[in-house]
Amino acid sequence: MSAGTGTAQGVSLLARIGRGGPVTMLGLVLLALLVVFGLLLGDQLFSVGALQSMAFQLPELGILSLAMMVALLSGGLNLSIIATANLCALTMAWVLTHQVPGAEGFMWAGWQVIAVLAGIVVAAAIGLINGAVIAYLGVSPILATLGTMTMCKGLSIGLTRGNVISGFPDPIVFLGNGTIGGVPVAMIIFLVLCAPVALMLNKSPFGHKIYMIGSNERATRFSGVDTRRVILKIYVLSSLLAVAAALVMMARFNSANASYGESYLLVTILAAVLGGVDPFGGFGKVGGLMMALILLQVISSAFNLLNFSPFLTVAIWGALIIAVTALSVLREGLGGLRR
Amino acid sequence: MSLTAEQQSFLPALRRFRRSHEFWLLVVVIVFCIGLGLATDSFLTLQNLFDLLTSNAFVGILAAGLLVVLVAGGIDISFTATASVAQYVALTFALRYGLGWFAIFAIAALVGIACGLINAIFITKLRISSIIVSIATLNIFYGLLIFFSGGKYITSLPKYFRDGVWWFEYDDANGVPYALNLQILVLALVFLCTWLLLNRTNVGRQIYAMGGNKDAAQRLGFQVFRLNCLVYGYLGLIAGIASLVQAQLAQSVTPTVLVGKELDVLAAVVLGGASLTGGVGTIFGTVLGVALLAILQNGLVLVGVSSYWSQLFVGLIILVAVSITAWSERRRRKAKAIN
Repeated sequence: MSAGTGTAQGVSLLARIGRGGPVTMLGLVLLALLVVFGLLLGDQLFSVGALQSMAFQLPELGILSLAMMVALLSGGLNLSIIATANLCALTMAWVLTHQVPGAEGFMWAGWQVIAVLAGIVVAAAIGLINGAVIAYLGVSPILATLGTMTMCKGLSIGLTRGNVISGFPDPIVFLGNGTIGGVPVAMIIFLVLCAPVALMLNKSPFGHKIYMIGSNERATRFSGVDTRRVILKIYVLSSLLAVAAALVMMARFNSANASYGESYLLVTILAAVLGGVDPFGGFGKVGGLMMALILLQVISSAFNLLNFSPFLTVAIWGALIIAVTALSVLREGLGGLRR
Repeated sequence: MSLTAEQQSFLPALRRFRRSHEFWLLVVVIVFCIGLGLATDSFLTLQNLFDLLTSNAFVGILAAGLLVVLVAGGIDISFTATASVAQYVALTFALRYGLGWFAIFAIAALVGIACGLINAIFITKLRISSIIVSIATLNIFYGLLIFFSGGKYITSLPKYFRDGVWWFEYDDANGVPYALNLQILVLALVFLCTWLLLNRTNVGRQIYAMGGNKDAAQRLGFQVFRLNCLVYGYLGLIAGIASLVQAQLAQSVTPTVLVGKELDVLAAVVLGGASLTGGVGTIFGTVLGVALLAILQNGLVLVGVSSYWSQLFVGLIILVAVSITAWSERRRRKAKAIN
């Protein structure tokens, strides 16, 4: 074999990696980071304890990012996910702390189910408001959800006066802090949510319509899809995912408050975009998001082990998204030159 | 009787104004003022006006800067981080080298402009959407600031800075002193400059044109990169100046207190009629948007509603306002289509 074909093969392999989606690219970045961190930290990063703590931390941001991603795919945005999660958490917490302690036997379990159902009802209501205002009144998603975000947070603060509601029954706390076979329950909840969402996006007509609306809403409407109904459903789904995040979050802290997790809001957008979700809608897969979340979590955990400030982690996350997007832009530019 | 030429040009302008967003906003603000004036003795007083202006100067100044970016068709939410950085750097230098007024404003302005230019470069040269860039840079600026500053407060500010500005002192009948303070002066100056920039300069018209249709503006030969540098640099400059105004009012520098307010400013600007798609928005509308939110919160406290509830009402107002705007827009478009 001549040297010429060797380089040609090399080029084609590079080109194939270069052409690969965000998953390939993030995979390479992750691999590079793992090598660097592995050299710096040795076995510390890959110990069972470190992996388990990563699996405890990832689901909160993960589920919230999933909620954000659904809206982003349709070309929208849902700024109210955190406020929704907190309002739902407070609703659930209120039922749990006021009804459960006095109840016995069957009703003890019953009230816990009712608490979760109450949270789901509140989430669905907020999702309906968001969806209706966006789809039927034609308000831009960022403004509508900014309004509901402020409203939900205002309601949470008004009702609790900014106080914390804490002390939940064991089964609820287990959701955030327990493990099954070494795997945190929160992680299992996250994976259990990811699978149907991925399936729905890739295989169901509803998922297909979300991508279509994200690519071109008007064309989708003219092709006979009731886009308004679909958008309404998207925001209800986004809210329902937020309530799942609420459950995990309140279980982990064993408390609920009007302003937990607010710093996650913009990070969820970063995670989704890092995972290959087009900020203008139409493109993005759950797999990409998972990859991005793992990447962010590895950076966060490694920095923690290296005793760096968590704020440095946040700065690096910001730099990472610009670097990754810049790489893909550069790649496109080079592709253009080669042609 | 025939109308003079001046009257003839005035009447259509008046008619146009009556259909505008600003007109309805003005009506709402006036109704609020009259209602609060009747309901309380303390609302329509000179003292309350000065308090309102002083305490809302920070949001107002930033709103003027953000308006320019929104008109240009972009969005920036990193300005609170920019402000935090500018504040910290300027006052740290001031304390170390004993600098005066001019020097600290110059440093804050330069830091602000530098941060703004970073945004502009990423947005234009890497073609990443402005919201993603500014979320990333928000995290980068803020993360690095807290990392390097350790999140420490600066409380011992220079004496002249603590004293601030106190011009044209005037005592009313009850002996309560009023004066033009730094907050009100800068607020007025920034609004005047922004008005001049948008309405009285060639560049201002170019900003509107670029926001209305970027591709068309580019084909007409507008330098999109230069314009972007100008608008993001301008917002950075404003953020730098606003940060000093805030530090003077708070009498201290706290690196963590500003970040998180970016969406409040955005809400005020869009309430004032600026469109997130660009090309639309006036300084008068922004003044009214800021005023409405300020008066609402101030009024609720004066009427005796607990301040814990004020955010709920702010959210409601935002949601109702953006819904009405979108709805009337949609009806107008429909009417146009039928004709």
